[in-house]
Formats: sequence, structure tokens, C-alpha cells
Amino acid sequence: MRYHKPFFSVLLMTTCSFMVLAQQGMPKDVAARGKTIYGAVCMACHQSDGGGVPRLNPPLSGSKTVNGPKDKLIPIVLNGMSGVEIEGESYGNVMASHADLKDQEIADVLNYVRNNFGNKASLVSAADVKKVRIKLKK
Amino acid sequence: MRILNFLTLAILLSSGTAGLAGEKKPVRSSKPMVSMEENGGITLPAGFQASILADELGRARHLAVNTNGDVYVKLDKLNEGRGILRLRDANGDGKAEDISGFGNYKGTGIAIKNGYLYASSNEQIFRYALDKTGVADPENPELIATGLWDRGAHSSKSITLDNAGNIYVNIGAPSNVCQVKDFTKGSPGINPCPLLDSSGGIWQFRVDVKGQSYNNGKRYATGLRNVVGLDWNAQVNDLFVMQHGRDMFFQHYPEMYSQQDGALNPSEEFFRIKPGSDCGWPYCYYDMNKKQKLMNPEYGGDRNKVGDCAGKTQSILQFPGHMAPDGLLFYTGTQFPEKYRNGAFIAFHGSWNRSPEPQEGYFVVYVPIKDGLPSGDWEVFANGFAQDLKDPRKARFRPCGLAQGPDGSLYISDDQKGRIWKVTYGK
Ligand code: HEC
Repeated sequence: MRYHKPFFSVLLMTTCSFMVLAQQGMPKDVAARGKTIYGAVCMACHQSDGGGVPRLNPPLSGSKTVNGPKDKLIPIVLNGMSGVEIEGESYGNVMASHADLKDQEIADVLNYVRNNFGNKASLVSAADVKKVRIKLKK
Repeated sequence: MRILNFLTLAILLSSGTAGLAGEKKPVRSSKPMVSMEENGGITLPAGFQASILADELGRARHLAVNTNGDVYVKLDKLNEGRGILRLRDANGDGKAEDISGFGNYKGTGIAIKNGYLYASSNEQIFRYALDKTGVADPENPELIATGLWDRGAHSSKSITLDNAGNIYVNIGAPSNVCQVKDFTKGSPGINPCPLLDSSGGIWQFRVDVKGQSYNNGKRYATGLRNVVGLDWNAQVNDLFVMQHGRDMFFQHYPEMYSQQDGALNPSEEFFRIKPGSDCGWPYCYYDMNKKQKLMNPEYGGDRNKVGDCAGKTQSILQFPGHMAPDGLLFYTGTQFPEKYRNGAFIAFHGSWNRSPEPQEGYFVVYVPIKDGLPSGDWEVFANGFAQDLKDPRKARFRPCGLAQGPDGSLYISDDQKGRIWKVTYGK
């Protein structure tokens, strides 16, 4: 029994965080899908806690852009980004375009970063991504 | 799973590390109950101690010590408008009581040779004549080299000098592995890689010619993605460098590299450079599991193909991946015990892209060297910089630069907060 305790607390924590997300209007499956994409595509650079790496990759936690308007955020994932100062800091790495992700995947991962790491922002839909993609011809 | 990963790493890091043995017999018990600030918050082998020469200087990158003991530190972010700080400890108590600064440019490289202080921005190299009091004319340095690539990534310009009037500077490639689209999964490598004309190598300039650039400098070595730690070994008269290996094996080729393989690969390689050396980037990398140089998958590699990589300059020692070697110093002093004579200290700034595997590095290692080649296993010399939080953001300190004082003391810089340690033996 004792050995199962950590497992249960992890389960409990996970459940709780999904509940919190659900309260914010993010369905469980969306949260889980977003987390998977984040882990596979973004985490290496932006780190598991969204804190980034000093001088190389910016933090997503507390970022004005991540918490800001969708039409400013979606283009970053579609176009990539490099050489732009953020809050007075420059970052050495290059963020490539992730236009190969599907509209729904981009929406999922953005919902994940907009509602984790202390961030809170409105949900992004696949239709939102599609609109920007057509505009940017990506 | 986790435990397994950790074990693999522990075995790797300790495979032939007399060094961790050095760690095992510290002066005090392994869990210090008293002040964490003993030795300025770091751990050292028995008989060594450290004082805090200066603290909170900012992004303290490389450092150099003058014959009178003054320590010059290059900053990567201006501190009250100054990019170079002079730390003077006149009473010799191990703490600098006189700190002054000059040089309104940020950067990494700094070195002292034959009465001159050399320092670099991310694009230029300057030199300042030294007199009895220090830098004679801090406002008017000579411009030695200019126009060196500064394209954001890998832009720091580390420097070292030989005894024949040459200065060597790293020009890092602004790229991960020279793909058509950098950092993009599935994008092929460009062959030949055009970046190598102006970056991805070590350039040699004369110390006594002003305003040099690519046209009159010499590409001394190529095929080096990015170098931060480099030093001239006067014993064997060769340049030695530590390469920062590429990223994204697991993220871009999960079918070839497991998460653990991606955290361990490629090796951070230690090279002995000859004029014209080609160390293989971006075509080749050193595989820590297979123990040989293989073709990068962006260039057709399948984790078995050797291709042209057998003909490239081979490294003399390989460390686990991503630990970011930022400082290299051959120790020529006599203060430290005999075993350290002419060996190499390497400062590992610490990894960021082993995640979700635990991060590694954040320590200074020692490699015994004889006749220009490793003569024994490497070992951790100074540790505890990260203070149990091996994380690029949360680590308390990140070791970066190394320098030797005239009395054989070893200086270590930290660019997280800007602490400078003076390490001495048996005093
Ligand atoms: C190869 C490393 C890397 C990967 C992978 C990566 N990024 Fe980035 N990201 C960066 C860098 C570097 C910047 C900053 C570029 C600059 O300053 O010009 C950045 C910037 C951002 C920004 C803007 C932050 C701000 O405050 O302005 C967002 C949002 C972002 N990334 C989200 C993502 C998402 C979502 C993913 C995964 C789909 C991702 N990134 C994958 C390196 C990366």
C-alpha cells in the first residue's frame, strides 16, 4: 500500500490540474493533447516549466505575447522567430517555423501554454489558426 | 524508468572517474551542516579552499590575471556602462577591495600576453597596453580585428594567444547543423555548408596588425560548430579547444535516438588543433554510445555510417553531451600538487537540452595531460555551483571562465550572478 502512495498523489495532482483547466474552460482531452505536443516539440527549448533558458530561449511563463491577443501569438508558431529582443533580452537560439503542425495541434499547444506555467488566457480554436495561416500563406 | 536513466548517467559520468573519487573525500562531511558559504558555496578536493574574490558582478564570462595579480573580467552585459572590470586585491586576503571598470562593449573573450590586455566584443578584438598601474589608456584601445560574424547564435568570441605573436579567436557558426532551415525537423543539411567560409572555426590574426578581418586573417581550423573554451598549450605548442555539440537528435530523429540517447549525444569533444584541422561539423558528430565519429542524420547518417568522418580530426577526449564547456585552462603553476601540473581544467556551464532527463554539468573538471594527450581519467574538481538545482535558470551559479594567477591560484567565474572564486591549495 505504502508504495502506491506516490502514484496516487501524482494521479491526484494530475486530476486536480485537469480540473483547474476544466474550470477555465479547457476540456481534458485538449489539455492532454496540448501537453503531448508541447513535450515533443517545444519543451526542449522552452523547458518543462515554461521558464526558458537564459540568453538562449525566452520564458513562456509570464510572457506578454503568450497571454496576449491570439493574432499576435499564432504567427510566432507558424513563422518561427529569431533576432527579436523580448523585454530587453536577446535570445541566441532560432525558433523554426512549426507550420507543419496541423491547425488543431497548434491550437492545442497554444491552449496548453496559455493555461499553464502561471499563464491565463482565452482559448484558441483550430479556426483561429486557419484564419492566420491563410493570411500568412503558410 | 527514471532510476534507470539516472543510473546510466551515473555510470557514464563515473566510468573511469578517479575524479568522483576526489569528490568522495572532501575536507568535511558530504552534507555540510554549517555555513553553505564555506569555499564560497562550492566544493573542492581535500586540501583546496576558495575565497570569494568578488560577487554580483553580473554576467562574468572569461577572465585573465595580470603579472601583478590584478584580475580582469569580461562582462556579457554592461555593468554601469562598463564591459571590463579590474579586480584588485592589494592586501592579498583573497577579496578584491578595489574594483574599477572600462570598455563600453559586452562580450566574452579576454586574455593577457606580453604586456597587453586583449578583449573581444561579439564582433571585434581590441588590445590595451598595460603599465605598472594597469591598463594605461582604457579609452583608446587598438582595434586588432573587426567585422567578425555576430548573427545572434554562438556569437561570443573567445580568444587565446601563442608565443609567436598570433591571436586565435573562435567564430561560432550561427546554426545548429547547417540545415536548409535551421532547427527544423526533416530539413536536410546543406553540402557543402556555406557557413564554414566565415564561421564554424578558429581564425588566426597577428597581434601587431591593426584592423584585420576575414581578408587578412587565416582560417586556422574548421568544422567546429561553436567553441567557448580554448587555450594555447605552450608545452606542446598547439591550440586546444572544447566544442559545443549540436542539439535536437531526439526531437528530430526519435526513430534513431531515444530520449536518453539524445541527452547523451553528441559528445562535447576536446580537440588538439593543428593548422588546417577539420573537426567535422556539420557533417559529423561523435556518438557516445557507438564511441566513434559518425555522419549526422541531416547528411545521410543512419547511426552506423562513418563516411568521410574517419578522415576528420579526431578528438582527444569526449564528454557526455550538452554540458556546455565554456572555459579551458592548462595549469602550469606549482602551487597545486604535482598531479595537476600541465593538466587541463574545463568549466562546464551546464546543460539545458537534456530535458526531461536531469540536466548535467555545472562543474569544473580536471583532465591529466601528458605530451598533449589525456594521461588518465577526467574527474570533477569543483562542484556544487548549481546547488542541487541543475537547471539553467534556477542554478545558483554557472561556471564559465578559468584563469591562473602568477602564484598558481586558479580563478573561476560565474555568469549567472557574477561571483569570482580564487582557489588555492594548502594555505
Ligand atoms: C529550437 C528552440 C525552440 C523551439 C523548439 C521552440 N521555440 Fe519558441 N522560441 C525560441 C526562441 C529562441 C524564441 C525567441 C526568438 C527571438 O527572441 O527572436 C522563441 C519565442 C517564442 C515565443 C514568443 C515569446 C515572447 O515572449 O515573445 C513563443 C510564444 C514561443 N516561442 C512558443 C513556442 C511553441 C508553442 C513552441 C512549440 C510548438 C516553440 N516555441 C518551440 C526557441 C524555440
